[in-house]
Amino acid sequence: MLPLVLFFIFAALCVGGAINLLVQKHPINSALSLIVVMGSLALIYLLLGAEFVAAVQVIVYAGAVMVLFVFVIMLLNAGVEERTEHASRVAMVLGVPGLIIGLSLAVWVVSHLAGLDRIAIGGPTVMNGSDVFGNPQAIGHLLFRNFLLPFEVTSILILIAIMGAVVLARREE
Amino acid sequence: MGIGTYILVSLVKIVIALLVLLTAVAYTTLLERKVVGHIQNRWGPSRVGPFGIWQPLADGLKFIFKEDITPPFANKPLYMLAPIIALTTALTSIAVIPIGPWIKLGSINTPLQIADVNIGLLIILGVTSVGVYGVALAGWSSNSKYSMLGGLRASAQMVSYEIALGLSLIGVLIFAGSFSLRDIVDSQAGTWLGFIPKWNLFKGQFVAFFIYIMAAYAETNRIPFDLPEAETELVAGYHTEYSSMKFAMFFMAEYANMVTVACLASILFLGGWSGPVFGPPIVQSLLPVFWFAVRVFAFMFIYIWVRGTLPRFRYDQLMAFGWKFLLPLAIANIVVTSLVVALK
Amino acid sequence: MVPLSYYLVLSAILFACGVAGFLIKRNIITIFLSIELMLNGVNLSFVAFAAQLKSLDGHIFVFFVMVVAAAEAAVGLAIIISVFRTRETLNVDRVNLLKL
Repeated sequence: MLPLVLFFIFAALCVGGAINLLVQKHPINSALSLIVVMGSLALIYLLLGAEFVAAVQVIVYAGAVMVLFVFVIMLLNAGVEERTEHASRVAMVLGVPGLIIGLSLAVWVVSHLAGLDRIAIGGPTVMNGSDVFGNPQAIGHLLFRNFLLPFEVTSILILIAIMGAVVLARREE
Repeated sequence: MGIGTYILVSLVKIVIALLVLLTAVAYTTLLERKVVGHIQNRWGPSRVGPFGIWQPLADGLKFIFKEDITPPFANKPLYMLAPIIALTTALTSIAVIPIGPWIKLGSINTPLQIADVNIGLLIILGVTSVGVYGVALAGWSSNSKYSMLGGLRASAQMVSYEIALGLSLIGVLIFAGSFSLRDIVDSQAGTWLGFIPKWNLFKGQFVAFFIYIMAAYAETNRIPFDLPEAETELVAGYHTEYSSMKFAMFFMAEYANMVTVACLASILFLGGWSGPVFGPPIVQSLLPVFWFAVRVFAFMFIYIWVRGTLPRFRYDQLMAFGWKFLLPLAIANIVVTSLVVALK
Repeated sequence: MVPLSYYLVLSAILFACGVAGFLIKRNIITIFLSIELMLNGVNLSFVAFAAQLKSLDGHIFVFFVMVVAAAEAAVGLAIIISVFRTRETLNVDRVNLLKL
């Protein structure tokens, strides 16, 4: 019962943040709503027993990637208002909610047909088994044994990204 | 214990922790002014009560009665949100910091910690990462050149030193085997040869301790890393345009961050609350808290001592120090520690 | 206990909001934010299935998605900064000529 109530609260926060991202005109407000979405997603991950992933979401995604976005928005200080030219108002008002509702209805129907709404996850089994599932030790065991090659490759990827970002953002002297 | 008792006990702990933390923050300001005063061969505040004891109270009243000015064309919602973010994240870290072992009050057996989660250290790192937003948004929403520059510099500095901070803690984690702060303290219990305590500092983490202290000074924007809020450089940096209670919130957030860093350093490197325990049971359960408080006080004193003694870094020297010296040193520390542990 | 399909529907809503933002917004930074929203929706699916199948492979995948998203955000923002320096605008409708 409590996990269900908590899920609905956090899900309402997520959806509210996502809709706010679409509705706001200034990118800084959109960025802040995305931070709210990421925060509530981290709470939902905690409901699913993914505690390490929740911590990494807050530290890396909400605490570093979004700080980068906020820096760039502050530095460039442009894009106060944006107007969509040559766009039909009716198409946007009908199309965007239509897309959202359409996709979620499709997923709902498919998951109902696949019987996925009879499987309940989260709850006491996950929350009491946090010594073997989702904790950093278990993830470390998996990451450094089975997934060692992707781990090393992503470290090279980050190195390339750092070099690329430094070169691209440099001022031409 | 039942869910109702658990919630009640947690609420009591939260109230006590917040009261103690806010009082500590207020009296840290007094300690700082007295110590810096004595370093500079003068008395600190000494008029408002014996030894200036009521000075923080007087300062608080002054803040409440000051006029609250909002600069024109400032982004009002963000302008009000920034100090709230800064203070909230500064006060949240206290939730996972343990100050003593389990105690028994009547029929209730409870740890001296608000929430003993098994990713406690990651939560503190996450909360610190979110605290950067308070500074960045304050600088940008004030619509002033000093604030903007100060905010950008301060948040860039905080983000850069977070890396060295996080990496320096990995050596400690290798020894403790868990992210839970209580487990880290328990792994430092006991002594070698009867009198050398098994602290992480003595287990070989001197370099990590040094890196942690440097990175923590930079995270909390204290001298020698306080260029973003130095008066001779940028007026007051990101909190230039803030007055009265909002400025007080930034002020409190900075000192609360200092207290959190001091608590973390004593938990991770100095053995937490270990110390000689004697006397009747009620004294025995409160003596560890006293030893913890002694360590935290020692750290705060060192913080203030460094503030009164050292000059400040220039901004490019500061960033070069963080990226080109502390980061490779932290990685080298991880490599050496894991080699030592693996070859044991 | 929450049924699995609720998590999948939430993930679909987030993904659809991301797609909608990507298609209708004209500010390059907001488009980027919509891409991050899409990635977050997909991460939620991974974690939900990992909880159902009791397998940590989903968490590892989420870890890699976050790393790749961080690298992509860094490089993308650097590109945005250099585009802004030459074109002086963040509106994608105006960046429509190969040479100024």
